[in-house]
Amino acid sequence: MKYLTKNRIYLSSFLSGFIFSMGLILSGMTNSKKVIGFLNIFRNWDFSLLFVMGCAVGIYALVNYLIQIKKEKGFKPLFAETWSFSAKKEVTKELVCGSIIFGIGWGMSGFCPGPAIVSLVQLTSPIVLFILMMLLGMSVFNFFFKK
Amino acid sequence: MNLNLVILGGILVGVGSSVLLLFNGRIAGISGIVKNLLLAKEWKNRQNLWRLFFVMGLLSGGLLGRVFAPDQAVDWGKAVWPEKIVIMGGFLVGFGTAMANGCTSGHGVCGIGRFSLRSLIATLLFIGAGIATVYVLGSFYEISY
Repeated sequence: MKYLTKNRIYLSSFLSGFIFSMGLILSGMTNSKKVIGFLNIFRNWDFSLLFVMGCAVGIYALVNYLIQIKKEKGFKPLFAETWSFSAKKEVTKELVCGSIIFGIGWGMSGFCPGPAIVSLVQLTSPIVLFILMMLLGMSVFNFFFKK
Repeated sequence: MNLNLVILGGILVGVGSSVLLLFNGRIAGISGIVKNLLLAKEWKNRQNLWRLFFVMGLLSGGLLGRVFAPDQAVDWGKAVWPEKIVIMGGFLVGFGTAMANGCTSGHGVCGIGRFSLRSLIATLLFIGAGIATVYVLGSFYEISY
């Protein structure tokens, strides 16, 4: 029982990823054709992915809001010691450039990190190569450009 | 295209992110989780282990989806554009999300859900860049779906 209590944070991590993954699959985010269709607003727009973000943000915003209120009174995460939030408020050039670069890559592939990992189970060559290149891109930024 | 499934999917993404927030106190930003897992220096005190479990959760969901694959996942893992473009895109996704410190889940869902101006701007920028890129590529290659 004590083993379970000590390691329950790994259970919640796993569960979170699992539920998240189910969401990505059911919503069509793992379907690169659907993603490209969503970004294809000038030609043949498939707006359905707008609902994905809308619903996801809606639910998360509600939960986050309730947590923020309770946090004032000393509310802690259920399985963890502290909250791990980024304190950054400034809009930096890294944020702007990085987002644009990511967006270009997203438009070129139709994959973003989450759906790509979920799709890895298909072991198709575009996905495997995408993941390898993504990891390379992360490493290159970290080793050569990070302050 | 079944919009009900899309909405259910969106709800589950929101729920999954909320679970990580409520229980672990953390932001479900996939690019950050993957990046920290990849560049891990702290394995000794198990600080990074939760990220491994999260990714295992993602993969397990994928495996389940493979078994019960809904219509949404029919083109799963296939690329729209030629492979060399997808590969270059992969590098830019990794590089860009590392620089921007977030992606569609981190900035798009969690960031906007927290009413973060940083994340709203990031999201508008990467969606805008994606739209522009698809527009350009669409004038060279056929999209068929």
